[in-house]
Amino acid sequence: MIKLVDITKVYHLGEIDLPVLKGISLHIKEGEFVSLTGASGSGKSTLMNILGCLDRPSSGEYLIAGQDVANFNASERAVLRNKRIGFVFQNFNLLSRTSALDNVMMPAVYSHPALSTKEIRAHAELLLNMVGLTDRMDHTPAQLSGGQQQRVAIARSLINNPSVLLADEPTGNLDSTTSKEVLNMFKDLNREKGITVILVTHDPKIANFTDRAINMEDGLICEGVSSMLSAVKQ
Amino acid sequence: MKFIPLIKTCIKALVRNPMRASLTILGIIIGIASVIAMVEIGQGSSIQVKQTFAEMGADTINIRPGAISKSGINTGQGGRATLTPADSEAVVQDCTLITRASPVVRASGQVIYGNQNWNPSLIEGGSVDYLKIKNWYDMEEGQPFSEQDVEEAKRVCVIGQTIANELFKGESPLGKDIRIKNVTFKVIGVLRKKGANMMGWDQDDAIIIPWTSVRYRLQGLGGSSSSSESSSSTSKVSRSDLFPTTGIDYYTSNSDQPYSNAPHPRRFKSIDYILAQISEPERSSDAVDEITEVLRAKHALCPGQADDFVVRDMAEMTRAFSSTTEMIATLLMVVAMISLVVGGVGIMNIMLVSVTERTKEIGLRMAVGARPKDIMRQFLLEATLLCLVGGILGIALGKGLSYIIANTLKWPTASSPEAMIVAVCVSAIIGIVFGWYPSWKASKMDPIDALRHE
Repeated sequence: MIKLVDITKVYHLGEIDLPVLKGISLHIKEGEFVSLTGASGSGKSTLMNILGCLDRPSSGEYLIAGQDVANFNASERAVLRNKRIGFVFQNFNLLSRTSALDNVMMPAVYSHPALSTKEIRAHAELLLNMVGLTDRMDHTPAQLSGGQQQRVAIARSLINNPSVLLADEPTGNLDSTTSKEVLNMFKDLNREKGITVILVTHDPKIANFTDRAINMEDGLICEGVSSMLSAVKQ
Repeated sequence: MKFIPLIKTCIKALVRNPMRASLTILGIIIGIASVIAMVEIGQGSSIQVKQTFAEMGADTINIRPGAISKSGINTGQGGRATLTPADSEAVVQDCTLITRASPVVRASGQVIYGNQNWNPSLIEGGSVDYLKIKNWYDMEEGQPFSEQDVEEAKRVCVIGQTIANELFKGESPLGKDIRIKNVTFKVIGVLRKKGANMMGWDQDDAIIIPWTSVRYRLQGLGGSSSSSESSSSTSKVSRSDLFPTTGIDYYTSNSDQPYSNAPHPRRFKSIDYILAQISEPERSSDAVDEITEVLRAKHALCPGQADDFVVRDMAEMTRAFSSTTEMIATLLMVVAMISLVVGGVGIMNIMLVSVTERTKEIGLRMAVGARPKDIMRQFLLEATLLCLVGGILGIALGKGLSYIIANTLKWPTASSPEAMIVAVCVSAIIGIVFGWYPSWKASKMDPIDALRHE
């Protein structure tokens, strides 16, 4: 499903070249539930941006479903993100003063081929139902709790039936109870719908919740279970 | 992205921040409203200036007979008797720029009523169109003479206010008979007061008579002698001129063309000049050319032969007229441009603020699959929608303003549908032009940075 071959990313800060990813090769199979962990500065965010097609690698191959997307331009990447990748953010990123339903429907207006508003609405209502917000569809983000907002965001990420869900610290702003709910939701999506879920986190406990943990250290992947993770497991 | 969902998205985005949207619209409203009000007031004043100039005679053209040298003495302009009423008709019919023309015959003499007498500075015979051209058709009192009066050479006249005062001393002159050179004329109307003209002549010191009456009654009966005198200007033409028995060289042939070889029909109805009115005073020189062409054809003049008439326009006045209207138009343009540019800069300003403020939203939209051109389109459409709404409201406000101005300050206004259409188009264009940069800026954002923006 997702295959990275020797991916590097170098930032040019003035005269200095700053290598952030130093040759990452990674394979994530369809339907996997993985976590991406690592300390800050390890290149975790950069890898996540590349995985989410928000950024381009400096070199290397990036295959999604057999398609090399490493050299896609901004427009092509936008179309790809729209079709294949769902995003869930730490701070929810919902449109303020906009109803939950409209928030969920938003990504669908950019999809090709375009669906009718009626179809989009029906699908959005279904998704909001699924995340348990049937009676909150007309509420704006300000009228929802953090957990409810994140559930709206999850519904939004699913509107275009993506094959990959990329969640960046999805529980970072939530308390432990709602965190558990949200994580269970990801697990259900993975188990029941077969969606590939990539959780980006710094929390070993959350990484432990997933099937596989990919640990990053200094721009490289440390194969196997990280020391941090094994400490928790013991 | 389809167009209708795009518009919906834009409207939602605008409605989400009603204060910002309405402030932006306000800028455009004021811009467009001032343009509309300015144009309406300007057109009104332009029309009034036109009327004023027309009143002064800027829209008239004089056609006079040419000069002739007889035994070494040049008669000067009007020395020949080459113009006929038929020429006047031809000028109206064949010249596209001429709306009206009237044959004019001049006379002079003492006017007597009861024991009062007066020597008017102007006694002229004209047609009904003469009164219209001179803006004298609407009478102060009484009626203007009619086409029938002209046809039948009725002895009726309309008099200026100076004459009414001098002869009648406060009495109503209507229905009274006055005598000019022993011919009685019934006063049927009193002309509207005009005052002095640009040369300082009292324009109200005038008597206007149907031209046929002057020709056949006043001139035809008045003088008994001096038939040799030129028919041109003020004086008498004897009956023998009208019904010549001897071969008076009345229709003077050109000297190089022997009379016998030129079997022109004799024209007895020569007139002193033709007064013509132009539809567009700015184009009076074109009208002069047109008249020259028509009359040359009518008088059967060969190429190379000199004109036997002189056409003169009010060049000085038309120049003043066109420079005045041009100045008004330029002034309006400048004001309109300034207010539109100010409105446009307002749009750009707000759109830039809006783009910065909505960086996160832009980042999110990009992350979920909006292409740069989708973002660009959305912001451009937002700007255009703002401008269009502002434009439409601006037209309403502008119309209201000009209505209020017309009613309170009594300024003349004239509504201008073109200005409204142009204003709407201009406001849409302003939206696109001034919305371009902010939209472009939004579309060039990096989704990662935009999402991280606080």
